Amino acid sequence: MSFLLNCPNCGPRDVNEFACAGEVTSRPKALPDLRGLTDYVYFRRNVAGVQREWWYHRFGCEIWFLAERDTRTNEVLKTELPQASAGTSSAG
Amino acid sequence: MRLPEQLNERIDRSRPVRFFFAGRVVEGFEGDTIGSALFASGQRVFSRGFKYHRRRGLLCCSGGCPNCMMRVDGVPNVRVCTEPVREGAHVHAQNVLGSLEHDLLAAVDHFGGPFTPVGFYYRTMIRPRSLWPLYERFLRNVAGLGRLDKHAGRTRRFDTEHRRTEVLVIGGGRSGREAARSAAAAGRQVVLVDERGAPADGAFEVLAPARAIGIYEGGLVPVDAGNVLYRFRAERIVVATGALEQPLLFPGNDLVGVHLPGAVRRLVDEWSIKPGERAVIVSADERGLAVADKLERAGTSVVERIDLRSAPPRQLAARGSRGRLRSVVVDGREIECDLLVMSGGRQPAYSLLAQAGARVEYDAERGIFVPSDLPSNVEAVGSAAGEQEPAAVPAATFEGAEGAGRCFVCVCEDVTEKDVKRAIAEGFDSIELGKRYTTVTMGPCQGRLCHVPSIRLFARENETDEKAIGTTTARPPWAPVSLGLLAGRGHEPTKRTSIHHRHEEAGATMMWTGFWRRAHSYEHAANEALNVHRGVGVIDVSTLGKLLVQGPDAARFLELLYPNRFGDMKVGRIRYGVLGTDAGRIMDDGTIARLGEDQYYVTTTSTGADTVIEWFEWWNAVWGLDVETVNLTGALAAVNVAGPRSRELLGRLAQIDTSNEGISYLDAKETYVAGVPCLILRIGFVGELGYELHFASPYGEYLWDALLEYGADLGIRPFGLEPQRILRLEKMHILVGQDTDSESNVLEAGMPWIAKLDKEDFVGKWALEHVQERGFREQLVGFEMTDGVVPAEGGQIVLGGRPAGRVTSSRLSPQLGRAIGMAWVRPELAHEGAEIDIKVNGGFARACVRLKPFFDPEGERLRS
Repeated sequence: MSFLLNCPNCGPRDVNEFACAGEVTSRPKALPDLRGLTDYVYFRRNVAGVQREWWYHRFGCEIWFLAERDTRTNEVLKTELPQASAGTSSAG
Repeated sequence: MRLPEQLNERIDRSRPVRFFFAGRVVEGFEGDTIGSALFASGQRVFSRGFKYHRRRGLLCCSGGCPNCMMRVDGVPNVRVCTEPVREGAHVHAQNVLGSLEHDLLAAVDHFGGPFTPVGFYYRTMIRPRSLWPLYERFLRNVAGLGRLDKHAGRTRRFDTEHRRTEVLVIGGGRSGREAARSAAAAGRQVVLVDERGAPADGAFEVLAPARAIGIYEGGLVPVDAGNVLYRFRAERIVVATGALEQPLLFPGNDLVGVHLPGAVRRLVDEWSIKPGERAVIVSADERGLAVADKLERAGTSVVERIDLRSAPPRQLAARGSRGRLRSVVVDGREIECDLLVMSGGRQPAYSLLAQAGARVEYDAERGIFVPSDLPSNVEAVGSAAGEQEPAAVPAATFEGAEGAGRCFVCVCEDVTEKDVKRAIAEGFDSIELGKRYTTVTMGPCQGRLCHVPSIRLFARENETDEKAIGTTTARPPWAPVSLGLLAGRGHEPTKRTSIHHRHEEAGATMMWTGFWRRAHSYEHAANEALNVHRGVGVIDVSTLGKLLVQGPDAARFLELLYPNRFGDMKVGRIRYGVLGTDAGRIMDDGTIARLGEDQYYVTTTSTGADTVIEWFEWWNAVWGLDVETVNLTGALAAVNVAGPRSRELLGRLAQIDTSNEGISYLDAKETYVAGVPCLILRIGFVGELGYELHFASPYGEYLWDALLEYGADLGIRPFGLEPQRILRLEKMHILVGQDTDSESNVLEAGMPWIAKLDKEDFVGKWALEHVQERGFREQLVGFEMTDGVVPAEGGQIVLGGRPAGRVTSSRLSPQLGRAIGMAWVRPELAHEGAEIDIKVNGGFARACVRLKPFFDPEGERLRS
């Protein structure tokens, strides 16, 4: 991997400066059954295509942001800071 | 012998340079390469072939082919034709048993038998199986090129540098320099990279000698500049890599004395060397034929010029003796010569373009592969783009002659025409399969010389054309690169606390914990532990992660992150917290002190600090609460003063009432200690009355000294990490990562009081509820050995001959005089006094399960 990622704070930077925390998943609203919990904690859609994912600028400004990346080409279509109302999460 | 001085020669005859080769001193001049100096001294054989160990000479003389690779000052596989001479260098031939002239392994060329055809090792060395070790030893000895000097140690240091430029031009030939100049004239920032020392230019930066080794994803261009790897990012990449002279395939084409035109041109023009006496030129283009003028000027008589464009011969073969060219046979005519210049035209060097995503197609009319459909930020100029004079398309191979020997398709791997034909006959008829089976194009030349000729041969043998055969995938690196350069210099940091030097001065044994250097012990771990029980000890805990969490939502934020409750805490109080994931896994632990209504001070484990901070920040990004976290890990130092006499010591130094009423167990107070502003946390993770002082890092040594000075009469002594482990084990405190793993949760780890399952939500709540529902599978318990033996950490617990758990911590407690530990056991064993057997040294040792702390089980000393 050697593509560039556009940090909302710092601009385009080498992907090696970042940590990827995987695709954005949604945290259940209430106690899920075991199947639902397992799905949320362990299973990922792993799409071949555009995926919304969490990135952290670990060796930079240390900010978390969201990116839309095509997993087939590593083309990053969009990066943005999370909105307060995102209501989304992942198991990290 | 050199020619008379020429106007544009590269050498400076007033500056001789001497180096050693095969036990003799060779003299060249400044401006020479090791290869040119050797050639001028009369050396013609530069290497031995990979497989047949045939003599090989300077074929391309421009750093492309494998023929001049030698060991220079211990570094193997140096292409001496482009390696500048340096005074006193030690140059050795490689891949020979004996000398270049008398290589014992050359026997393979004469008696190869079944051990030479392509892929022979797949067929001949598979049985009998029992002989494999022998085969393997043989193969290991003959495989590969060059030898590493195992005793060399670290002789070079490599670095990586990240660079940005607007325009990056790869290649310093005419087209490259023109492109660079015009971009610079348009006001762009330009860097030009050239593998052969292009001269500097006022208008733009020149990096030379340096090689672009590939174009990677995102337009990353790593450039090998010797000891530095530049990782270039450019808005526009201009590829001006030129074209590669192609050899012709005919029997005897590997003899010493057969050269590509460029080799002859460089020998004559740059180093003023006469390349031979009688020359024959066979060329598909004007460039090759034009070498004749240079040869005549050098005093070499050109006895025959064969222009493949007008009268291509059917038969072309070279004969030699002792590996050197003696004559060329052309359509039945034998012409004596010692120099044969062959040119099969020039192939655009498109590899970098193909790596960048360009399409490569065969142009049947011109007989070359041409790049097209370049990505928008990449441009090709000059010969690399296919701009070149017309040339004849040479025959795939020529008819041979008696005594002319093998016809080589690939000189790197010694693949012959016969090998390729055989591979096709065996079914490896696609170029990608053929490449892998025969290894053609996989040698050090990276296909520069063999790619197009092998495609031509594949086309003819498959009765199709080059277009249908197509190319193999172009992959980086485009040029060989030292592994050291790719590895670069290690950048792992070493973290030291602000009290670090005091530990060293005290003679502490230091150890790694993550990136931190910490004191393992100062003299004797057991004595240091005992001193904490009996008097007072002090430990540097500056490595703890320290976070300030503040804002109107601070309490809510922490209640969501931790299974614990924090909203009900009074200001100035402390609570132990265990951080978990939604999978229920324990990820870290530490203390949380409420400093204000909206302000909490959180400590984490030493090695978990970075992870916890990222974790906090991430959940904060997810929830978008009105809270901020500040990382104070490096800004603050911390020491833990522990032991029954710690109160007395602190009473002398602190500005607060240190009585149990003044600061009781789990109180947090801000005050001055020895004049230093401190946050005092009354916690006792080592099991005795204790105070943890957090204060600004720069005061580290001062406060440490003050504590030791004012505590001297109380018998204060510093203690290290090892005595701390003994002490906390006596209290049965878990060590995250040591006593827990990716399956551990707070319920089974014996801390159900942590998890407030009646809270509406917290990270990990659902997983814990499911654990409760399914029942416990194993539990973390303490154990006490019935005899004094200390079982190994990781040791197995056995019940009725079956595994029933594992030991995670074990130590001999000097205070209790017993061997104690922690272990995960099956739930039926998790009761006070249960007897377990632990594997020790092949036998079993008996232990009893304990559920309460081994020392001060009711915590009376802590609270005292």
